[in-house]
Amino acid sequence: MTLIENNDHKAKSILNTLYPRTGNAWRIGITGPPGAGKSTLVEKLAMECVKHNLSVGIVCIDPTSPFSGGAILGDRVRMSSLFLDPKVFIRSMATRGSLGGIAKATKQMCDLLDAFKKDIIIIETIGVGQVELDVAGIAFTTIVVLVPEAGDSIQTMKAGLMEIADIFVVNKSDRDGADKMVMEIQSILEMKDFDRIPVVLKTIGTEGKGVTDLYKSILEHKDYLKVTNKIKQRMQSTIQTEITEIVQEHIDKQVWRNPKIKLALNRFIDNIINGRQTPYHAADKIYAIWKKLGRKI
Amino acid sequence: MDKKLRILVAKPGLDGHDRGAKVVARALRDAGFEVIYTGLHQTPDMIVATAIQEDVNAVGLSILSGAHMTIFPNVMKLLKKKKAVDILLFGGGIIPDEDKKALYKLGVGKLFGPGTDTAEIVAYLKKYFKL
Ligand SMILES: Nc1nc2c(ncn2[C@@H]2O[C@H](COP(=O)(O)OP(=O)(O)OP(=O)(O)O)[C@@H](O)[C@H]2O)c(=O)[nH]1
Ligand SMILES: [Mg+2]
Repeated sequence: MTLIENNDHKAKSILNTLYPRTGNAWRIGITGPPGAGKSTLVEKLAMECVKHNLSVGIVCIDPTSPFSGGAILGDRVRMSSLFLDPKVFIRSMATRGSLGGIAKATKQMCDLLDAFKKDIIIIETIGVGQVELDVAGIAFTTIVVLVPEAGDSIQTMKAGLMEIADIFVVNKSDRDGADKMVMEIQSILEMKDFDRIPVVLKTIGTEGKGVTDLYKSILEHKDYLKVTNKIKQRMQSTIQTEITEIVQEHIDKQVWRNPKIKLALNRFIDNIINGRQTPYHAADKIYAIWKKLGRKI
Repeated sequence: MDKKLRILVAKPGLDGHDRGAKVVARALRDAGFEVIYTGLHQTPDMIVATAIQEDVNAVGLSILSGAHMTIFPNVMKLLKKKKAVDILLFGGGIIPDEDKKALYKLGVGKLFGPGTDTAEIVAYLKKYFKL
């Protein structure tokens, strides 16, 4: 896992070997604002899975400090009852510069856990700003966790939030305003077109209340995706994104590490500053140089 | 390759607060380490299970309860049992010199007294890992 996370030179061959063994695990993404109770719910949900004799892999992501490159990965604090469970494996990851709430290698970590025969994989995103959406690209069931106090701000939540959630959870429903929040979410959902209207649930993470319902809703959603064969669409788009990213990375490396292109780039930048060229000309020229080089390789 | 050193910071035992452990965690983050922080009441089994799942390079324990002579040897023993002897075990707490000596003999890394400047801990780890 460390080799994959570090993009070690052995990473590709490890993933190539293990990839054929993937495809069995159900991947669940959990996102929501900071402190909404994501980790607490992950712990309780994992316990519920274990109760049904399912093994669980958990990937929890926390942000890398842009200043030091270091990170504090603290989601485990809320999951200590799982540490000694032989059916549970927890791995913490830092974003290492990725935006969007997950790390670059999060999908690959899930692939590894899948190959290691975990039945369920739960991904907890970072809780920054509003809601981080990238997890929906790698999960089959996406859960958005909100709290009663989020009431008014839900209107202004990042666009896309309503679209990515398969299940909404209003956690901390021991507090005032939970029912109002549920209604608020439902009324927004009613104004949109869905093939399937997302479920809205109330939970109290600390007491495990509502977690059995959450578990059931996940299974229902899984059945729905399978019966309608929508799971295929999700997989297609995940795989397409993954391949696009890998190719992009190859191209970036080839282009920007090429000494000829580096030289040209510096010259073009000077030209642009001196008003002799535009960035668009420069980009066209760089593309032309690369194409010419490509033929020789 | 973009390697990062990963360090587990844990607070074993039943005693009170984890302020010291948090200060160290923050200092290590600010020095560029990835710190896995697990909070209070960790048993040696939990510490070692976490260290292995997270594939950390080092484990730092903060022990103020006086239980250092049981906890450090236990964690050390479990790490050996799991064939994870490459993981550096270090720590901090109120530890008398003769206990320190005994623990160093077992292969425990540096033990810092309470109130140690975090820069000293960072410097020790950087030197250990040749950064
Ligand atoms: N009152 C109440 N508190 C809760 C509930 N669920 C979680 N909490 C508390 O909320 C705090 C944050 O919980 P976490 O599970 O760490 O939240 P999180 O979303 O994972 O936080 P980040 O990962 O930091 O974004 C903790 O103190 C929990 O004990 C709940 O249902 N009711
Ligand atoms: Mg969390």
